[in-house]
Amino acid sequence: MNVHNAVMGLVGGALIGVSASILFATVGKIAGVSGILAGSVSGPQRHWRRLFIGGLVIGGLLSGPFVPLAFTEYPTNNVWTLLGGGLLVGYGTRLGNGCTSGHGVCGLSRLSQRSVVATFTFMTMAFLTVYVMQHHVMGAP
Amino acid sequence: MKPLIPLLCGLIFGIGLTLSGMTQPAKVIGFLDLFGRWDPTLACVMGGAILVHLPVRRWAFKRSAPLYASTFETPIHGRIDGRLIIGAGLFGIGWGLAGYCPGPVVTAFLFSNDASVLLLGLVAGMSLYQITQPRTDTT
Repeated sequence: MNVHNAVMGLVGGALIGVSASILFATVGKIAGVSGILAGSVSGPQRHWRRLFIGGLVIGGLLSGPFVPLAFTEYPTNNVWTLLGGGLLVGYGTRLGNGCTSGHGVCGLSRLSQRSVVATFTFMTMAFLTVYVMQHHVMGAP
Repeated sequence: MKPLIPLLCGLIFGIGLTLSGMTQPAKVIGFLDLFGRWDPTLACVMGGAILVHLPVRRWAFKRSAPLYASTFETPIHGRIDGRLIIGAGLFGIGWGLAGYCPGPVVTAFLFSNDASVLLLGLVAGMSLYQITQPRTDTT
């Protein structure tokens, strides 16, 4: 196991936890990116959500230069896996009310039964999808 | 000061995603590929985030209100139903297909063609939901 990756994972994860904690303790909001993105177009809460989305982009802009390979693309992705993946992620996170951050980080931290079920479900489906894609469709690298 | 909080939180979140490598689909797919060269980074990221957020959230929730708002946002739906399971399942398939979930794709789309194509699909998927579902979300 690569120690550097694990440490960077823990540090980056802790920063995500700090972000979710500040947002909750100060303005009482949940740091779920799919919900924030969907509600940033219209509605009474669009303003803070647009600011959060802007912050995400600036965060990538500021830290990207310090991370080698920060935005490296995946070699076997093509326009169909990207558009299809995007469609399913967009529709699924609205139907299921959350993604990796809303259910996976915030929901699990709240010990929400719904989020435990959602996280188990999306993880299982993602494991199965990658198994099929990597070992049957694209072939093992 | 108050409007700067969501901006600052988004910024810290984006730095966390970039530093941890979650803006690279290879790391995500490496975690999800149990039968390949398994990469545990994603588990460290989720673990690190929960390790910080769980205790702070508990401490904050004990107070009557957040520092700068009157109430804490609480998710409205309490039931485990078909919507939750099917929605999470579809999300999982899409996530496994390309290795991008919403946070990393927003953080990466300016710097990656793939992420911007995925974001296009993601916005289309959210719009499709908005058009086909009569119920509107209030959160």
